[in-house]
Amino acid sequence: MNFETTIGLEVHVELKTKSKIYSPSPVSYGVAPNENTNVIDWGYPGVLPSLNKGVVRDGIMAGLALHAQISKHMHFDRKNYFYPDNPKAYQITQSETPIAHDGWIEIEVNGKKKKIGIAEMHIEEDAGKNTHTGQYSYVDLNRQGTPLIEIVSKPDIASPEEAVAYLEALRQRIQFTGISDVKMEEGSMRVDTNISVRPIGSDKFGTKTEMKNINSFNFVKNALEFEQKRHQAVILSGGKIVQETRRYDEPTKTTVSMRTKEGSDDYRYFPEPDLPPLEVADEWIEEIRGEMPQMPGERREHYVKDLGLTDYDAMVLTQTKEMADFFEAAVATGADAKRLANYLMNDVNSYLNDEHVDLQDTKLTPDHLAGMVKLIDNGTISSKMAKKVFAGIIDGEEPAAFAKAHGLVQMSDPAELQPIIDDVLDNNEQSIIDFKNGKDRAIGFLVGQIMKQTRGKANPKIVNQLLMKSLNAR
Amino acid sequence: MAFYDTDIEQLHAALVNKQVSASELTKAAFDQIKATDDQVQAFLALNEEAALKQAAAIDQAGIKDDQLLAGIPLAVKDNIVTKGLTTTAASKMLANFKPVYDATVVEKLAAAGVINVGKTNLDEFAMGSSTENSAFQTTKNPWDLTRVPGGSSGGSAAAVAAGDVLAALGTDTGGSIRQPASFTGVVGMKPTYGRVSRWGIIAFGSSFDQVGWLSRSVKDNAYLLEAIAGRDEHDLTSAKKEVPHFAANLAKADVKGLKIAVPKEYFGEGIDADVKEVVEAALKHYESLGAIIDEVSMPHTKYGIPAYYILASSEASSNLQRYDGIRYGFRAEDVKNLEDVYVRTRSEGFGAEVKRRIMLGTFSLSAGSYDAYFAKAAKVRRLIADDFTKVLADHDLIMGPTAVSTAFKVGEESSDPNKMYLNDLLTVTANMAGLPGMSIPAGFSKQNGLPVGLQIIGKAFDEQAVYDAGYVFEQTTDFHKQTPRLGGQN
Repeated sequence: MNFETTIGLEVHVELKTKSKIYSPSPVSYGVAPNENTNVIDWGYPGVLPSLNKGVVRDGIMAGLALHAQISKHMHFDRKNYFYPDNPKAYQITQSETPIAHDGWIEIEVNGKKKKIGIAEMHIEEDAGKNTHTGQYSYVDLNRQGTPLIEIVSKPDIASPEEAVAYLEALRQRIQFTGISDVKMEEGSMRVDTNISVRPIGSDKFGTKTEMKNINSFNFVKNALEFEQKRHQAVILSGGKIVQETRRYDEPTKTTVSMRTKEGSDDYRYFPEPDLPPLEVADEWIEEIRGEMPQMPGERREHYVKDLGLTDYDAMVLTQTKEMADFFEAAVATGADAKRLANYLMNDVNSYLNDEHVDLQDTKLTPDHLAGMVKLIDNGTISSKMAKKVFAGIIDGEEPAAFAKAHGLVQMSDPAELQPIIDDVLDNNEQSIIDFKNGKDRAIGFLVGQIMKQTRGKANPKIVNQLLMKSLNAR
Repeated sequence: MAFYDTDIEQLHAALVNKQVSASELTKAAFDQIKATDDQVQAFLALNEEAALKQAAAIDQAGIKDDQLLAGIPLAVKDNIVTKGLTTTAASKMLANFKPVYDATVVEKLAAAGVINVGKTNLDEFAMGSSTENSAFQTTKNPWDLTRVPGGSSGGSAAAVAAGDVLAALGTDTGGSIRQPASFTGVVGMKPTYGRVSRWGIIAFGSSFDQVGWLSRSVKDNAYLLEAIAGRDEHDLTSAKKEVPHFAANLAKADVKGLKIAVPKEYFGEGIDADVKEVVEAALKHYESLGAIIDEVSMPHTKYGIPAYYILASSEASSNLQRYDGIRYGFRAEDVKNLEDVYVRTRSEGFGAEVKRRIMLGTFSLSAGSYDAYFAKAAKVRRLIADDFTKVLADHDLIMGPTAVSTAFKVGEESSDPNKMYLNDLLTVTANMAGLPGMSIPAGFSKQNGLPVGLQIIGKAFDEQAVYDAGYVFEQTTDFHKQTPRLGGQN
């Protein structure tokens, strides 16, 4: 029997707004429990939600970035459930009228391109956090009310590879809009997934199993691969898949049953009466479209076509918006694009990997990197010296000043170099004879001697020119 | 001194001319409360110390001509949060709850120099029509202490009727200002939905709840609404509408040529004959003043009660979920686990009527019944609103009785929720359509001598027309001057 797989992904993306979605409390991390809360976040008697317009704006921008239709009329709905981290005992979300719907993104798997549909996108609030120690449980509502966008895929994803490609493309596009950090390790991107398997030709989807909050793309792939095989094996052995929520267990790379759903949860959704329906003007949508940063695809095309980079280089440089912005700012100063790309892809990226930091966390500026590249190109410093200069500019030093202060400037002045060359030639008669006899090796030896005299600072290009001239003159 | 035979303008003039001080007025209010409240039980908490302090400060600063409300003692329904002053919503759930913030209306009144004398009793979480659902006490009707003052703003109505204060804040979700006003012979206005901020009003049915005043006179009511109305950024459902000078505009009030619609359904089955008689006489009075009385039909009126109880209870079931014993308020003792915290806290903390409505609302929103109940009731709500739109397209106002009966006996209806719910028959529809509605004293039952209210419903944000008509009636009758003979001291 041959099978086909259907995967659905629900991605929650945390927005970077200054304040919460329904209260003026700040959104920030690393503060004392419940510091960023007020009466609204506590679900206090008599309070009402306000609406952060920035969240609606960001939701519209995300919709546009995912080629979705923006809803002109929308309202909010209450999703009711009891839990200590949910102080009102309802979440204000969108159920009937998503902020955006019917979008798509393109993925590429094994060289094949495919469009994955996006069913709908909602703006909603995050819950707080419960922690348990000893006999006590604690509720921290700092995260309560943090704005989220929930992005629900259409059942177009047919393999774990496509699922991961979808997540990567989604993460990248959202990252480029600048509305979220979309970092799985920090929880600003969270993934729930469901999978079903059916024999090819069957007109009915198989029974779904769900997995919530898987925290890396790799784990998503492993979990889906395991589930796919498990579903197939169960069906082949004549068994039945149970609709349930399962948990991915990384050490064993398997999934384990968490709870079986008896019917579905009843969240008793109904329209939120405390927030009036929202009308979105076309002008506002167009304004947001105008503010939208260029997406990675357009940027890649520009790098390849206009700047002469390879597809691979363009792909690496558009992994994050920060990298692409940095690159473009450096190129704008007139520095060589190819050399800039190389530095970013090699020296900069290995520094970021070694130090576990993001580009925006370093003191490196596009001006400084471009400045260093220009110093190489005009012969002020050598590539070798550039290694040392790089160590300076990554800490915020200005490249020319740094090179000068640390004696990293090449000797390029012929008036300065000629006496040294003359001196070396005077002291190496044999090498001149060897050269005249056609032994090119002699040149290498002589250059080496000149480099030794200048402690490596001589500009090799100029040295070569002057040396050839001097040799021919003897 | 009882706050009868006087009004805000008179007290203000006396204050400005230093014939009386804010401290004296405030003391007078507490004296009257102490003289009456053992019997009436209108107040859940008195704010005596703070009120006297505030009055002294106002006296010290002096009251200027433009500070109309400064130094006037008033009362606040106990489902409106007051910073540092216990706010219970008459529920065991919030028995010792001291809010950390003021409702917008409370903030506005404090800024205007109003003295808050205390918090008045209500049906628990404003759910009821008799004030018998209070977890703490049953307020009595000052006209007859064996009878209820109506509800849920029964404490506020009784406090005004007993002469404790000139006016008291109430809330109205399905008639909770107007029906008690009718039962106690005072003026009660529920403004247009969105006219007054709900920030700090302990939510019951969020799309119905509205704050308003119970007062001795229409003009006082108009002054006081002006003081609390207007857009509030804390409440996105509050309207960005200019607030007219309701009281000043009363000088131009006239009912000549006024087109008054009288729905025949408001005089149909279930409405007591003595009520009809008084209201019909009131309508005749309007006619004699030159108004045009026009009988109309509002065919969906009879569906108002079931639709209202589904929708308001649905919203309430969600609004009241926050009382879970986790963060504030009552928590059951000796709980075993989280579910136990929820189940026992809510079982022990809520009264029977609140639980009934939570169950009704939860059921109506459940996946299997949403379409047949919540969604259908929402459709009915639109039909009822359409009834109003049609009638008000060629009439200025709608009039009829406020309540189906005069005040009933304590205990008479409390065992039968269906009978109790019918009390709201004539008031819920204005809440469903979001329209302003006011009850004014229209006379007394020939059967039992108790007050009967006339309800005046207007177009959205046209409280002015409602006040104008009520004011003209008041100026040409003396029903509002009658006061109960309470404890033999009047």
